[in-house]
Amino acid sequence: MSYINKPKVAHPSLPTNALGLTRRQYEGAMSTLCAGCGHDSVTAAIVEACWGIDLKPEQLAKLSGIGCSSKTTAYFVAGAHGFNSVHGRMPSIASGAAAANRELTYIGISGDGDSLSIGFGQLAHAIRRNINMLYIIENNGVYGLTKGQFSASADIGTKAKKGEVNLTPPIDPVLLALSLGATFVARSFSGDKQQLVPLIQAGLKHNGFALIDVLSPCVTFNDHEGSTRSYTFTREHYHPVIEADFVPKASEITVDYQEGQALSVELHDGSQVILRKLDASYDPTDRSAAYHFIETKIKNHEYVTGLIHIDESSTTEFHTLNKTTKVPLNRLPFEKLSPGNAALQKLQARWR
Amino acid sequence: MPELARNADRTNDFAIKFANVNGTGSASANALIMKAIFRMGIPVAGKNYFPSNIQGLPTWYEVRVTRDGYAARSGRIDILVAMNAETYQRDVREVISGGYLIYDSTWPRSMLLQREDITVIGVPLAKMVNETFDGVRNRILLKNIAYAGVIAALIDVDLNVIDALLKESYAKKPKLLDSNTKALRLGYDYAKANLSCPLPLKVTHLDKTAGHIMIDGNTAAGLGCVYAGATVGAWYPITPSTSLMDAFKSFCERFRVDAETGERNYAVIQAEDELSAIGMVLGASWNGARAFTPTSGPGISLMNEFIGLAYYAEVPAVIFDVARVGPSTGMPTRTQQSDILMCAYASHGDTRHVVLFPANPEECFYMAVQAFDLAERLQTPVFVLSDLDIGMNDWMCKDLKWDDAYRPDRGKVLSAEELNKLDKFYRYVDRDEDAIPYRTLPGVNPKGAYFTRGSGHNQYGGYTEDSADYQFVLDRLTRKFTTATRYVPKPVTLGRGNCEVGIISLGSCDGAVREALDVLSRQKIDVDYLRVKAFPFTSEVEAFLRDHKLIFVVEQNRDAQLRSLLTIETAVEKSKLESILSYSGFPMSADPIVNGIRAKLAETPRLSVIK
Repeated sequence: MSYINKPKVAHPSLPTNALGLTRRQYEGAMSTLCAGCGHDSVTAAIVEACWGIDLKPEQLAKLSGIGCSSKTTAYFVAGAHGFNSVHGRMPSIASGAAAANRELTYIGISGDGDSLSIGFGQLAHAIRRNINMLYIIENNGVYGLTKGQFSASADIGTKAKKGEVNLTPPIDPVLLALSLGATFVARSFSGDKQQLVPLIQAGLKHNGFALIDVLSPCVTFNDHEGSTRSYTFTREHYHPVIEADFVPKASEITVDYQEGQALSVELHDGSQVILRKLDASYDPTDRSAAYHFIETKIKNHEYVTGLIHIDESSTTEFHTLNKTTKVPLNRLPFEKLSPGNAALQKLQARWR
Repeated sequence: MPELARNADRTNDFAIKFANVNGTGSASANALIMKAIFRMGIPVAGKNYFPSNIQGLPTWYEVRVTRDGYAARSGRIDILVAMNAETYQRDVREVISGGYLIYDSTWPRSMLLQREDITVIGVPLAKMVNETFDGVRNRILLKNIAYAGVIAALIDVDLNVIDALLKESYAKKPKLLDSNTKALRLGYDYAKANLSCPLPLKVTHLDKTAGHIMIDGNTAAGLGCVYAGATVGAWYPITPSTSLMDAFKSFCERFRVDAETGERNYAVIQAEDELSAIGMVLGASWNGARAFTPTSGPGISLMNEFIGLAYYAEVPAVIFDVARVGPSTGMPTRTQQSDILMCAYASHGDTRHVVLFPANPEECFYMAVQAFDLAERLQTPVFVLSDLDIGMNDWMCKDLKWDDAYRPDRGKVLSAEELNKLDKFYRYVDRDEDAIPYRTLPGVNPKGAYFTRGSGHNQYGGYTEDSADYQFVLDRLTRKFTTATRYVPKPVTLGRGNCEVGIISLGSCDGAVREALDVLSRQKIDVDYLRVKAFPFTSEVEAFLRDHKLIFVVEQNRDAQLRSLLTIETAVEKSKLESILSYSGFPMSADPIVNGIRAKLAETPRLSVIK
């Protein structure tokens, strides 16, 4: 962790977004994670992403479970409500919150322990229910807070700090999300801010459940030789297939994309993700092809990164299926909710 | 119904039990008889004893005809309609001496004749029905209506009332109305022609049910949630609470769907398990919606972790526990009050929760509303601890009323304007010295942002591992629980008030206790009665415990959980409390209360309880 507190006052020349806010106003409390922790880079990317899309701080709700990753919700957007719930149960908190107020932007931060072991069921069902939220897994293959046990995402053959070798096959969150029908599935690396920021922005804007699995090495318990989640190993086996650029609504697309390589997907609010295919054969809108591709690459120990799958045409978002009224449920006036005594007296005829 | 001698005239005062096979459609025939008696102005109590199964196992339905309006099970069967060959033997044994047994004499049942102290009445039901109707399923269904006809003749139910009920049920299905009416007459006419009708056990018109309805507690509670303005319901199906969410959903479909757009002013989420269900409730409540979950004991076991978070992070939640028989899976379709301690102290660490104890469906309706007010006022989980007997049986209740002037108590929630006036917002500071802090909702004002956490926190909402800061918050929570006594419903008391002996009870024991009080009073034994309606206990409970020398604690569990709670949470001397327990899984009757009190008083002659 850092021991120097950040100064409260921002320099007047700092750039501001459309709301007149600086990046500093999207920061949170000082991180208490280990120095060099990949999670802090993810936090920085979130700050950048929220600032960049002019998100009103109070319109964001930050949710997490328990673990190193779950602590990070305190480290960004101080003007947003945060909910650090119990281990593995953030998806249910997020689902209830999203049910109550469909207008807010929800970001859930979890880890591989929180999501793939204790919270596996809740993650799966939040995907299935297609809750409108961005769900980030800060994936380091170990339990950090309890000092380095393997998590369910640890690769076969990876070595723990004390030398133990993992023999149990891993659960891959990207394959999981693809198989469960998630409409936005991405993978990135905490060390690649350039890739991560537009992915987060697109994920926040996506109408439905957006999952980003971020490989985020644990500098303390999983950054040694023999680990398949160390910075060195990740950089060597990191394979970007498709890069995303996020273009907010009303912004002109000026970047020059090579024909045949670029794919533009319009999000529900009119903004766009422009995908640059580094691997020409890859089609991120084809779920089964994406699944097959990722599975093959995993066998070769390659971490495919980028926006792996997107389906913006889906109509299965929770509130769409529920036919919920446009006004957030928590703002409906009582008169609309309680039918009154006359209705009650009429109703009771059936029980006489 | 412990005093046979008094009841020489058994008109409008007896119990019928129907023994059936589940999944054969007997429920509608049994309900028809009960509803007809109710419409004749005679109070009734219906108890359904059903298996944890869908088809083929024994099931019983008991209708108590009670001119005195008692709500409890009678504890005695006068007429048994034995329609299940598999249970004949035990059904025969259950009829009291001098009672009646009706069976289908299409097949000879010699063993039924073993009892000479009861009257066995054979009716060739299957034979008659098979000769009159076609189709296997149709015959099974209509045989039920035929025995209802036999019973109607034997106990003298007004045929016009039954006809009217059938017409209402099958208003849109003339073919079914025709066949049902025909089947009813088949049984009725047979009985009139071949049996001596009516029996001494008969019904005559009274005027005691006007202004009353027959309703089950789960329906009433679901309706209460609609009236309270709940918008998010999350649940996982579990007997016996499932019908609560079914009711909420169907009332929402009626009252909460926009006629023009078809949009819903509610969200019901069937969760993947109870852990998730309560998580959704917390998420929605945290976000400012009124949210609830109905469940039963096993669900509460699973929810414990989140309940502790809600207690410590001060998030409102309304939890209905429709209790069933434990431990473990227990007997899911039988009733018990064995979740009292679990609800009161749910979750690890030092936690105490507000629990409401409805005694009947009427209270389920009103307490559902109170529960939301309490949860938001106190910013804490609130339990409504009902049970299977209340939740799933039809009870005669006073008409439900609604005060249109009612507005929800949303508690201390700061608006955007109020936040603007503050220098800085701190989540857990006790500004009003009532131990209830102020909260803010997401999306309102960045000044209201705070971090909700189950980890150690100080009064400003910040993470802490500092002992003093941690204890400061924990001690305020203790004081908040004391504040709760100002808001929870006060107990109900009955009796002179200055008797030496008292009864304390709760929930669905109420009917049995009230009946026992009447019986004891006729035996010149005077006892005061207090029914707790809520935990924490109010000063009235403390005073009642202080002012009585001997107090019987009546409850439906093995371990005397209410008695334990009283000894932990009040100043009462343990030795003053005498338990009367019923934990068979069947709803309590007055008998064990009367017998228990009489036996104890016989040992304690120094108490002057006899008038």
